[in-house]
Amino acid sequence: MDRMDRKVAIPGDLLSEDKGRSGEGTYVKDDKVYSLLYGIANYRDKINVIPLAGKYVPATGDNVIGIVKDVTFSNWIVDINSPYDGLLHISEFPKRIEMDEMQNYLRIGSSVMARVKDVDSTMKVELTLNDRRLGTLKTGRIIEISHTRVPRLIGKGGSMISMLKKELNCNIFVGQNGRIWVNGNEKEMDLALKTILIIEKEAHTNGLTDRIVEFLRTETSARS
Amino acid sequence: MEDKITFIKDGIRLDGRRVDEARPIKVEVGVLARADGSCYLEMGNNKVIAAVYGPREVHPRHLQEVSRAIVRYRYNMASFSVEERRRPGPDRRSYELSKVSREALSPVILTSYFPRSVIDIFVEVLQADAGTRTAGINAASVALADAGIPMKSLISSCAAGKVDDQIVLDPMKEEDNFGQADMPIAMTPGGEITLLQMDGHMTVEESHRAMELAMKGCRDIYNMQRKVLIDRYSQMENATRQEEAVI
Repeated sequence: MDRMDRKVAIPGDLLSEDKGRSGEGTYVKDDKVYSLLYGIANYRDKINVIPLAGKYVPATGDNVIGIVKDVTFSNWIVDINSPYDGLLHISEFPKRIEMDEMQNYLRIGSSVMARVKDVDSTMKVELTLNDRRLGTLKTGRIIEISHTRVPRLIGKGGSMISMLKKELNCNIFVGQNGRIWVNGNEKEMDLALKTILIIEKEAHTNGLTDRIVEFLRTETSARS
Repeated sequence: MEDKITFIKDGIRLDGRRVDEARPIKVEVGVLARADGSCYLEMGNNKVIAAVYGPREVHPRHLQEVSRAIVRYRYNMASFSVEERRRPGPDRRSYELSKVSREALSPVILTSYFPRSVIDIFVEVLQADAGTRTAGINAASVALADAGIPMKSLISSCAAGKVDDQIVLDPMKEEDNFGQADMPIAMTPGGEITLLQMDGHMTVEESHRAMELAMKGCRDIYNMQRKVLIDRYSQMENATRQEEAVI
């Protein structure tokens, strides 16, 4: 990416005189585009401001990693690292279970890979496990990063994450809410967590993927 | 006979400032690791720290709004912030300042983005020297930006006062206590006023002049707030540059 088309913006900064270029994290006033957030303004066809901080707000279709915080008579209440709790209804569990058996499948503290099925205007968040890729997490580790860094961890068209999976020989699931599940052998998981934390710290810099490849090469060669 | 004490001599004030000169300002952002956003700010001898948490779940539940986030602002003076120890805890003055400061900031916050949640702002005055509410608002506004909360703009705040029948910018404690009037304002960089208070006596012309002077002060403060936020990021970028250079 060219350096010239990115810059730091603060709320209220004038970004463009052309209201048609208003993208995410911006607003239009008097036919001009202003920034809503403190973050990096990306100038493409549209101008988007990517925040440097902030809480995760669930959106329909997001994959998230949640931790069960309560069990009610037909729902699991799931913490999804957000101001809003997720509701996982018993009917969204991949197999049919009775209400009195709920505790046997997911109890307080259990982790799940789930998808946001629906979010209504009052921010009632419905989750589902009905997909082959989703389900409960029994092995591996979970790490939490800021959700604003998730796009960088995935990379353009998934370039970063597929590189990590290949180089680290680990299974990695990235939740849009900033929780990441890593599964592999102990040594590789250690390296994976270390790498993810570096990506979080340096998410706003250029040429990160190349540097991470380099980092992994030196780490793995040092070990063998 | 003793000379009459004057606040201004040859256009210079007790602390050496000119009448249209504000006190030096120092701003630091992201000073608290466990808050979502934070800011430490000094305006002359005022020292305040602001912390922002949220959006997060509302407790107690009945305060929650279905269609928007609520904003809570707590202004608190430390017991050691003034010369004579102040009784800790909220009092009538801090309730009022919390309310007006909240109302100074909430017009720019896009609360509709976060229904059923709360944005908590805590401002602690560590050292007071007149103008703590304006310092608190300036710090809180930077802390809100640091927390990644969507806002239409920052808010800057500054006071003007009247001593010796002259309008002065940013009065310090002596001028505030023994002066004739004090007028704190808060505004957006676009010039929209979100806070306007006054105590004391001013003529209509004087209040216009005071308003203009305070707005000039706000614009200078806005530039400081903006600079600290922009610099923080370029610093991070340079830091990684240097790391690379070392490798």
